Amino acid sequence: MKEVVLKSLDKTLGKFYDMLLQFLPHLLAMLIIVAAGWLIAIVLKMIARRLMALARVNKLSEGSGITQILRKADLPAPLDLMTQLVFWIVWIGFILLGVDALDIPELQMQISRLFLYLPQIFVALLVLFVGLLAANFFSRATLLAAVNANLPSARIISGFVRFVIILLTIAMALEQLALAQRTVLITFSIAFGAIMLGLAIAFGIGGRNVAQKALENLFPQSESKKEEQKEKAEEIPPL
Amino acid sequence: MAEISTVSEDFLRQLTAVGEVGILVGVPTFNNRDTIERVVSAIQVGLTKYFHRERCVLINPDGGSTDGTPEIFKNVSVQDFGMLLTASPLRTFHRVTAPYHGIPGKERALRSLFTAADLLRAKACAIFPPDSLSITPEWVDSLIRPVYREGFDLVSPAYQRRKFDGLLVRGLVSPMIGALYGRRLHEPVGSELGLSGRLACQFLQKDIWEQEMTTFGLEIWMATTAIVDDFRLCESFLGPKIQAAKQFGQDVAGTVRQVVGALFHCLDLHENFWKKREGSEALPLFGFQYNVALEPLRFNRRGILDTFRSHVEQLVPILESILTPQTLVEVRNVAQLADREFHYPDELWVRTIYEFAAAHHRAVINRNHLLQALPPLYRGWVSSFILENQKADAARVDQRIEALSREFERLKPYLVDRWDAGRGGER
Repeated sequence: MKEVVLKSLDKTLGKFYDMLLQFLPHLLAMLIIVAAGWLIAIVLKMIARRLMALARVNKLSEGSGITQILRKADLPAPLDLMTQLVFWIVWIGFILLGVDALDIPELQMQISRLFLYLPQIFVALLVLFVGLLAANFFSRATLLAAVNANLPSARIISGFVRFVIILLTIAMALEQLALAQRTVLITFSIAFGAIMLGLAIAFGIGGRNVAQKALENLFPQSESKKEEQKEKAEEIPPL
Repeated sequence: MAEISTVSEDFLRQLTAVGEVGILVGVPTFNNRDTIERVVSAIQVGLTKYFHRERCVLINPDGGSTDGTPEIFKNVSVQDFGMLLTASPLRTFHRVTAPYHGIPGKERALRSLFTAADLLRAKACAIFPPDSLSITPEWVDSLIRPVYREGFDLVSPAYQRRKFDGLLVRGLVSPMIGALYGRRLHEPVGSELGLSGRLACQFLQKDIWEQEMTTFGLEIWMATTAIVDDFRLCESFLGPKIQAAKQFGQDVAGTVRQVVGALFHCLDLHENFWKKREGSEALPLFGFQYNVALEPLRFNRRGILDTFRSHVEQLVPILESILTPQTLVEVRNVAQLADREFHYPDELWVRTIYEFAAAHHRAVINRNHLLQALPPLYRGWVSSFILENQKADAARVDQRIEALSREFERLKPYLVDRWDAGRGGER
């Protein structure tokens, strides 16, 4: 009995020892890959920072409004954000390579699935980023145009433009990730329809006078009315 | 030598038939049948009266008029010079009219004129707008004589203005050019100009012609470039400026955007010049100055003020990117003042403009958006200026403008600081 137990224990320990001997080089390889990856990621981050500073990325992003969007979202400046992105993309790539080096079939399968999904994540992030930029640009353009055209509630109009573009962007990004595609589409349609209906009712009930004024401006009734409007808007010739 | 590929073959043929001239007068047109006859007659009489011994040519680059403007231009003739108290012309009066291709615009018209000046070796040139209501034959003499006889290279107009007329030019463009470029020009956006053939050739060689310049940008660019390139500048008094009816309907926001945008663009082009320049000097002013009683301007001050107040509050998120926090707070405080206490101080106005110029240079937001945020603030300053000078006469208003010009000069180091503020951040 005792012999059988000892034999079994010895066999198990032997197996474990063999497995450990087999596994340790893989683990060591993984640790080396991860550590090397970390070093390479730091070097690439420094190179990217220098290159982007030379290309005056901060100035360009300030001009295009990216800095302001990131600031509003409590995110770091574009140069910092992009160099961090370079670091993490490179290091995560090495970590995944290291995990692959462990030679565990289940993990390898999960990693390959993750790799297959990565392009969709990147495209979704890109869609989100471009959408936020477009929302910022067009809402600012709308605000300025509305203010200079002396339209009432310019900020509401510009906020509405921003909201619609962001909503559309989120819907597109989620669709790209293949997450609840139908739900997103239905939610977007309902939200958009509800906003339009709400606006129509609000304009009809609350903005009757504004609507009347707007129509009168579009189709002036008489010359005297025209004169009256001209008088009201009279400004000094700037030149 | 002129780039002759920029003008049509027909235009070249007509110029070849003219030969060398002493004086070239240009009138760019685009559908100006109502006013062109008067302008051409005045120029013809002016040339006959004051330059009857010189070879002159009158050139009309046309942007593709469909109302017969070029035909009227060709056929206008003065019937009886005697009745106009001048002798008949001694020389043939050459006239050239040619359409230019592309979108009608001042830059194409002026490029054709400068090319012609170069090809015809003109000593002096003058440019007149086709819709001037107050042009007289004396304007021809006022703009050409300083170039032809006194050796100046650029003659800028000086007008008699109504009390609050042209406040964008008088309260922003002119004082800013004076402070930064060191030459006090009264009308840097004036459409009537006299210039030497030498300067016309110099302008042709610049690479500005392929760039997009705004309607009012070329005058500012020509004046500032002439200063930077050390040409001799002067001014000629032309009398009252009476604008064509369509200019009264000027879109204030659009005009502010175009004029100020052009000025800021010039600041970028000439950065190395104006940063080193110190002080300013007045230009020689030719012509007998007189005043005539002009109908006062009608305007809605209350409307302008209300527009300023509401627009400033709505634009705060955009102004935050352009102005410093201190300036923005002060502007918002001004917007909250009661009607009677309303006052936009000169110092704050100058700081506002300088901060806009620096933000434009650093492109902190889209430049077109930045320029669209300025008209509301301009309206604020205009309201304050009108309120302050309601009972003042024209001379007193001129003194106020002088004081404002000195403020622009005093705060020039502030602009230089703001201009370079972003340079340290890019590491």
